[in-house]
Amino acid sequence: MGATTYGWLVLAFPLAGMLVISLGYRRLQAISPLAAGWVGTAAIFLAFLAALGALISLQGLAPAHRELSSSLWNYASTVGIDAQASILVDPLSVYMILVVTGISTLIHLYSVSYMEGDRGFARYFAYLNYFVFSMLLLVLAGNFLLLVVGWAFVGAASYLLISFWYRRTTATRAGIKAFVINVVGDVGLVLGTYFIFKHTHTLDLLRSFHATEAGAFGHGHNEGDLVAGCVLLLVAAFAKSAQVPLHTWLPDAMEGPTPVSSLIHAATMVTAGVYLIARMHTLFELAPAAQDVGAVVGAATLLIAGSIGLAQTDIKRVIAYSTMSQIGYMIMGVSVGAYAAGLFHLMTHAFFKALLFMAAGSVIGAMAGEQSLERMGGFRKALPFTYACFLIGGLALSGVPPFSGFFSKDDILLVTGERGGWHWALYGAGYLGALLTAVYTFRMIFRAFHGEPVAEARELQAGHPHHATAPSNPATGEQEDTDVGFPGEHHAIAERALPMRLAMGLLALGAIGAGLIQIPKLDFVIEDFLRPTFATSTLYEPHTRNGLLVLGLALGTVIGLLGIAIAYRVWVQRPGMAAAIRARTRPLYELFVHKWYFDELIDALVVRPAAAGGGFARHTFERLFVDETIVGGTTGLVRAGSAAVRAVQSGFVRYYAALLVLGVAGVGFYFLLQT
Amino acid sequence: MSIAWYLAVSAIVFALGAVGVMVRRNPLVVLLCLELMLNGANLALVAFSRMWGNGDGQILALIVMTVAACEVCIGLGMIVAIYRRHLPIDVDELRELQG
Repeated sequence: MGATTYGWLVLAFPLAGMLVISLGYRRLQAISPLAAGWVGTAAIFLAFLAALGALISLQGLAPAHRELSSSLWNYASTVGIDAQASILVDPLSVYMILVVTGISTLIHLYSVSYMEGDRGFARYFAYLNYFVFSMLLLVLAGNFLLLVVGWAFVGAASYLLISFWYRRTTATRAGIKAFVINVVGDVGLVLGTYFIFKHTHTLDLLRSFHATEAGAFGHGHNEGDLVAGCVLLLVAAFAKSAQVPLHTWLPDAMEGPTPVSSLIHAATMVTAGVYLIARMHTLFELAPAAQDVGAVVGAATLLIAGSIGLAQTDIKRVIAYSTMSQIGYMIMGVSVGAYAAGLFHLMTHAFFKALLFMAAGSVIGAMAGEQSLERMGGFRKALPFTYACFLIGGLALSGVPPFSGFFSKDDILLVTGERGGWHWALYGAGYLGALLTAVYTFRMIFRAFHGEPVAEARELQAGHPHHATAPSNPATGEQEDTDVGFPGEHHAIAERALPMRLAMGLLALGAIGAGLIQIPKLDFVIEDFLRPTFATSTLYEPHTRNGLLVLGLALGTVIGLLGIAIAYRVWVQRPGMAAAIRARTRPLYELFVHKWYFDELIDALVVRPAAAGGGFARHTFERLFVDETIVGGTTGLVRAGSAAVRAVQSGFVRYYAALLVLGVAGVGFYFLLQT
Repeated sequence: MSIAWYLAVSAIVFALGAVGVMVRRNPLVVLLCLELMLNGANLALVAFSRMWGNGDGQILALIVMTVAACEVCIGLGMIVAIYRRHLPIDVDELRELQG
């Protein structure tokens, strides 16, 4: 089978899984309560095998021929638009489908146990398969049209899953927020596509890139329309990848079940922006202004998110801000030309971030749904496996060698530094962000696992998992039941569920070892693999400055360990120190704990003016103009006209006869006068 | 004899019928006046037919008679129905269809 056949199979399995689960869930439930989960997991695993098949058959080709596209049918072919259902299988898309399907398989596996007691079990897996299918469609799309479709599907799937517990108002609100902000990105993508299509006259990705290289936009750098198109694509990437200022949906998305957070953050959603910029590198390299925008926003996001992560107390939100920060690195990387490094970080991040979320899910399970770090503590002995996984994920996230995050993050910063000039500022920001990362990650670990064991941890150590007396919303404390639309009564922890342990164990191996795929100066597996996609890139060069490489690696190690040391000193050695620091830096703490007031800012700049405009339109424009003038005026006119006509219908037959005779006589006289 | 005489008689009969339709209130008389109008028209048709020496006008006159028969049929039926329901036999009183 050819690589493109495997590509179609990769799309077919999750789609089939979704259809089977959603149409046949009654039968599946009759077989076994967990059957839907296993079907979903198997579908994604088969897609992963097909992705491996695509990889193998792609590697069998000569490097210059590794860009294959295949079209199933013509969707529309008119007035110069060639809309086909076509996929593009090249090293970049194969890399992405491997990461997406590989991580998603493990997340599905984890979910089988985690969602076991939920009444929406089958629905959950149907959504999950749909989510993975959407993401695969996005990364395999061979033209802009299918890309937009996949892009919008991912947004819709995220809405469904974030508001999965649909009787929780906080969850439905978070889902709506995510969807609306994603639609802003969709609009950016569609408009950006229009700018590109206007000049290249084709929707096909490869042909569009070739036309751009051949000078469809003009032969200089920074042609106006190209920059506009690229900036609009960046808007799309920022919305999907939660970059400032379109990031506020991501922390709220923590309302969804924990494996969904894991999926959104590791595999299927926030990486789409990184992929988009890497895929469009031909366009971006001819529009350096847009690249600079991406790099600066990425750097700003990584610092802002890192600083917010220091002050948050919800364990999932801390990890969410950490994702924003890490995606900031990737966006910065692919915007400065560190494509291989950015995508390498995408993969390693997928491993350790999925792992961190799963471990957090296990802790939340042990706390019976409670997510606040304030109430956690001392789980080290009660949850030894979770603790080990959390520690591995945390070390990888902090960039401590030899864990995976160390190599990939330093790779991005190395390439950034090599660009020189003002990129040194980004370089500095990256290492400052690394320090923040280490501090907030280990703050979280020390607060959840060290210190005095809380009541739940002691109960668990004695062998009784804690169960809440009355289930409640962890965000608001509202009372809930365990029926459909709310979390089920079952709380899973990794220590007691084999599928969860298996998924976490495999991810932990990845978090430890994935960085060794590409060690600076030793091997360049990912760089070499991705090279055909970036064959025409001017920025895709092997590294040169050895001095900088050594400095970066040393700096990364020192900063990672320094951050951990700070966290240890503040949260373990001197328990009162955190409060003292908080008191001394009150304004800064307020800023961080209120998330830099972005929600308030967006509320004041966008939401409230829009609401005021809507209110005006509804109460003034609609009522006075539409209802009373347009609609009321028309009906009034018709009424008056019909009243006049009605008056003539007197009902006197003789009167009608007289009118008829007079009329005919009138017509007769007219003709007589004519002749 | 000149065609003008025939036409004059036809016009008089038609005008009598028309005035009758407009001024009389008894539906039976209104129907009779309608018949007068139709026959006035028939007279003109037959006169013209004779003047041109072909039968087209006469055929048309026969058709008008058929129509007149149908019309009388319906009209008389309606009058009988009005009588049976004890409604006033007066077209000015029968004005339920006013707008």
